[in-house]
Amino acid sequence: MSKVLAVLEQRDGALRKVSFEVVTAARRLGASVDAVVCSASGPEGCATAVAERAKSGGYDVLVFAATATGKDLAPRVAAKLGVGVATDVTDLTSDGGTIVATRPVYAGKALQKVKVLGKPAIVSVRPNVFTPDAQAAQVKPETLSVASPGRVVIREIKAAPAGMLDVAEAQVIISGGRGLKEPANFKVLEELAGAFGGRAAVGASRAVVDAGWRAHADQVGQTGKTVSPSLYIAIGISGAIQHLAGMRTSKVIVAINKDKDAPIFKVADYGVVGDLFEIVPKLTEEIRKLHG
Amino acid sequence: MKIAVCIKRVPDSETRVKIGSNGKSLDEAGVKFVMNPYDEFAVEEALRRKEKAGTGEVVVLSLGPAAAQETIRTALAMGADRGVLLQAEKSPTDPFEAAKLIAAALKPDSWDLVLFGRMAIDDYNHQVGAIVAELLGLPCVTAVSHLDIDGAKGVAEREIEGGIEVVEFPLPAVLTVDKGLNEPRYPALKGIMAAKKKPLEVKAVEPGAGSLETVALAPPPDRKEGKIVGEGVGAVGELVRLLREEAKVL
Ligand SMILES: Cc1cc2nc3c(=O)[nH]c(=O)nc-3n(C[C@H](O)[C@H](O)[C@H](O)COP(=O)(O)OP(=O)(O)OC[C@H]3O[C@@H](n4cnc5c(N)ncnc54)[C@H](O)[C@@H]3O)c2cc1C
Ligand SMILES: Nc1ncnc2c1ncn2[C@@H]1O[C@H](COP(=O)(O)O)[C@@H](O)[C@H]1O
Repeated sequence: MSKVLAVLEQRDGALRKVSFEVVTAARRLGASVDAVVCSASGPEGCATAVAERAKSGGYDVLVFAATATGKDLAPRVAAKLGVGVATDVTDLTSDGGTIVATRPVYAGKALQKVKVLGKPAIVSVRPNVFTPDAQAAQVKPETLSVASPGRVVIREIKAAPAGMLDVAEAQVIISGGRGLKEPANFKVLEELAGAFGGRAAVGASRAVVDAGWRAHADQVGQTGKTVSPSLYIAIGISGAIQHLAGMRTSKVIVAINKDKDAPIFKVADYGVVGDLFEIVPKLTEEIRKLHG
Repeated sequence: MKIAVCIKRVPDSETRVKIGSNGKSLDEAGVKFVMNPYDEFAVEEALRRKEKAGTGEVVVLSLGPAAAQETIRTALAMGADRGVLLQAEKSPTDPFEAAKLIAAALKPDSWDLVLFGRMAIDDYNHQVGAIVAELLGLPCVTAVSHLDIDGAKGVAEREIEGGIEVVEFPLPAVLTVDKGLNEPRYPALKGIMAAKKKPLEVKAVEPGAGSLETVALAPPPDRKEGKIVGEGVGAVGELVRLLREEAKVL
């Protein structure tokens, strides 16, 4: 059985949801899973501490989250251990001790299966893909002490306005595109998101981010974020390949678009054809009733 | 300012992906190749930094097949001073192997900045820059979307989930850059003509096998055939019922 090290993330002293997913993925690979988290520090200090623990503990596999922080940390650790990382993995199996990772490549237009042969094997898992099991919630990670924070110093984190969920972490995403016509109309989507009671975030296509209507942090797609929520509602978005790259692994996709031939309907599980300005307020009303 | 920029030749993001007959790689027939879009931001940033400093050199480096010379020429046409191609049959699957070759090529010189894209849009690896930094012993900031440099000190912003991280770092440094940092220029005709005469050095390299081995490349499973629930407001009731009873997401 493999010895697996799960590298978790915390912010403001609390483990982030993705950490439980990391533990769940790690448990698939080995009977023996240890979990660690870095004390608040710069990325360099954390990478040194994790790499040293990986060596001293003789781990066969390291599992990270493919978040902004994990995608930064994993290659730093990998470099110290002389291996590459299988990044943003959506499926993970162990075939007679060899780790086989599945990961989307070419903007999600293909899935690559790779044997991760490094000693240790290092993977990072895509958020929202490995549904945390009950046992994962019990994890008590060891906090690694970081000797020196390193040369790269985190001076501040400008947090998004309180109560705003990040699209990369939301269970439900309500995304809007050029069909919204003007920035103020995003209020319609914010109301729909609000009806989900704190589980939903508002996303955007690149067209409206480039137009300055929405922040880049909200952009879904190849040059934005990759998301896998339980429910993705694309509103007034045509469904360009670069947009699909960021959201096609969502569990359920709904599209609302006035053009019945819009490519978004090809990936949507459910589509409604028509004017978003009529449909969305009605949908908000219905969702409110359910959650009311 | 002496700046190196690593650029990768990748299939255009519009490419229809056809899997090759070996079942492990892209069928490149008819595929249009471009400079990795994130690397365009890196080239642009290098040019602006040099222009601002009033002096310096911007060197672009690519690891890949002979055809990557075109990618290098594009960067030269944007304004880079010279190019280096580490020629191999293809860029290795294991990003650690790519990083080793790139780091070895950069090592003999000293650089104020070494710039990378946040990720390559073909392999989505997100790591060559950070590994090169480690191999060169330089500090590294990844996914930079805003950058201020004052003498030997830099301040960068990077997007993280739910916020923006502001980090300080000393120069020389390795940065991987994100969209939002700048608006890349298009090569002007004059630049394209000038690029033809700029030096482009080609060195053969042999990537090692590394520790990641592709066993299969396959199209993603088709999403289950979706349905149009209906048209207009009248369809909303049925949509909600389906989301609740069939998809069970409400
Ligand atoms: C290298 C590269 C990277 C890219 N990265 C990304 C990325 O990360 N994310 C991304 O999203 N895009 C990305 N793009 C851009 C992408 O190609 C598309 O241009 C973009 O996604 C289009 O945005 P849109 O769907 O909002 O706009 P449009 O394509 O203009 O679609 C608007 C839609 O709204 C519908 N509509 C209009 N009015 C109404 C109404 N009243 N009710 C209902 N529907 C209505 C229309 O029928 C249409 O389908 C990238 C492009 C390139 C070249
Ligand atoms: N073959 C290559 N040649 C030059 N630069 C590369 C190559 N592969 C990766 N890079 C650089 O590393 C960045 C990240 O790539 P990756 O880690 O593959 O996602 C790219 O944006 C490039 O700047």
